[in-house]
Amino acid sequence: MMNWNLYSRGDKFFAIVVSVLVGMFTAATLYPFIYIAAISFSSGFAAQAGKVVFTPIDSTIEAYKYIVFQREFWISYRNTFIYTIGGTMMSLLFIIPGAYALSRPQLFGRRFLNLFIAFTMWFNAGLIPFYMNMRDLNLLDSMFGIILAFAVNAFNIILLRNFFEAIPQSFEEAARMDGANDFQVLWKVFIPLSKPAIATITLFCIVSRWNGFFWAMVLLQSEEKIPLQVFLRHTLAKLSDDDEFAITQLEAAYSAETVTAAIIVCSVIPVLLVYPWIQKYFEKGILLGGVKE
Amino acid sequence: MEGESRLQRFFHHVRRDWQIYLMLLPTIVWFIVFLYKPMYGLQIAFKDYSIFRGVANSPWIGFEHFEHLFSDDQFIRAFWNTIKISALNLIFGFPAPIILALMFNEILHATYKKTAQTIVYLPHFISSVIIAGIVITAFSPSVGIVNTVLGWFGIDSIYFLTKPEWFRPIFVGTGIWQEAGFGSIVFLAAIAGVNPSLYESAVVDGANRWQMMWKITIPSILPTILIMLIIRIGNVMEVSFELIILLYQPATYSTADVVNTFVYRQGLQSGQYDFAAAAGLFNAVVAFVLVMITNTLSRRYTRTSLW
Repeated sequence: MMNWNLYSRGDKFFAIVVSVLVGMFTAATLYPFIYIAAISFSSGFAAQAGKVVFTPIDSTIEAYKYIVFQREFWISYRNTFIYTIGGTMMSLLFIIPGAYALSRPQLFGRRFLNLFIAFTMWFNAGLIPFYMNMRDLNLLDSMFGIILAFAVNAFNIILLRNFFEAIPQSFEEAARMDGANDFQVLWKVFIPLSKPAIATITLFCIVSRWNGFFWAMVLLQSEEKIPLQVFLRHTLAKLSDDDEFAITQLEAAYSAETVTAAIIVCSVIPVLLVYPWIQKYFEKGILLGGVKE
Repeated sequence: MEGESRLQRFFHHVRRDWQIYLMLLPTIVWFIVFLYKPMYGLQIAFKDYSIFRGVANSPWIGFEHFEHLFSDDQFIRAFWNTIKISALNLIFGFPAPIILALMFNEILHATYKKTAQTIVYLPHFISSVIIAGIVITAFSPSVGIVNTVLGWFGIDSIYFLTKPEWFRPIFVGTGIWQEAGFGSIVFLAAIAGVNPSLYESAVVDGANRWQMMWKITIPSILPTILIMLIIRIGNVMEVSFELIILLYQPATYSTADVVNTFVYRQGLQSGQYDFAAAAGLFNAVVAFVLVMITNTLSRRYTRTSLW
């Protein structure tokens, strides 16, 4: 049906115009990344003069040298890995068994329990009560607190529950015949059959943990515990504080801008590395949690 | 009597299926501790809260905080800013992924299409701090590419992020840059589900691609568009305040400050917990009512509810 040879002249023209427009939007999406990368490899002078457009000017790795000698950079990088790996594992530990239980027809009060979970998607207490609760639980400035308090959300549980509910009963019955209990049914039947859904949830968790910033900024005070995003935020704050960097930029080959750009590059690279793997799943995954008739 | 038998039935169930209750227990406890307990704490919106007395022992003061709230110019401004930013997001941000999906659908070259999609989905996975870093750099008066380009045309450099009139265009534009690509996935899936025979008969009738897009594709994906629109309207109170916190400054509060950033400043930065909780509660109630209304509408008109 979509065959170039059968296209009329008008159709061909339309297809070409559309391709050009899409190309322009794609270029516009890509450009800021190229621009930031170019700045990160430029000298502070060139960046300050607004000379950088596509490629580095006065190529230098001074900005990267500056950050690799910052202890906070490495600590925060390490912390981001801890939050991402620990947090994702914690999430799966709650979500998989929870979603399995909620998908069981024999669960007593199932309707109520599902509503109990879903209600939190439509109404939440808000920033202040959540913060006070964390304070009362003694989880301020606690890495474990960050990992635990953001482990579960209703959307992921419902997504996986829907997937579990769609698994044909016959799979489970076969396992039951062999005397499997619920733990075994979950482990040997449901989890292997739900790999795409579990992969999707894992990815959602990884991405949100890697990018998580607001609550880390609010809840964590120690420099030893902050993730990379908060470290970047501190650097950004210095950036808008013009005077502080005005002195350094005269003396050094880096400036607040090139340093910020370098941190951005370091923070985006891991995302780019896992991105092809992510992409395989999210296109399907986003539709899994979609609208249910 | 009946309650007792219900309880007995419950215990009977738990004895028989104890394993699934054990699996459910951590999740339920987590929801109570981290999401429902704060709802109990929301009562401070109606109390004169003091940290020493605690939530339970602080005296009730009724709607006093709300009275202050509705006479507070800053709050009123934040409320309207929330609505205005959401409206702009709706007008410009909502059609963007639909248009993008329709355009992707017209591209024949598979590799070109796949590459473009891979690139435009990417910004969705980038954190708001990085987005803010890019925006601050790109719009900076000295370094920024935007001012460099303006300079080529002889236009004096503008300190965009200190100008209230520029905040919303930059914020909404950034949102489109970040989310239009990823948002197109849902519509592409809807387009993939259109019955191919509709196109085949249109070809027989001599329709061109442009006509097919308007007469077949768009009407076919209209239910999806409607549902996504309803979700968007339901989320009007939820603007991405993380990014606002990173981009705004006192000079731009007049157009940038939204309810959630107001709550953040009053509560977490100035320590007025009770007053800020009241503002947060107002926001949550408005959001809840909106979601309920839009879901009812959705159920009525599209026979699809979101839950």
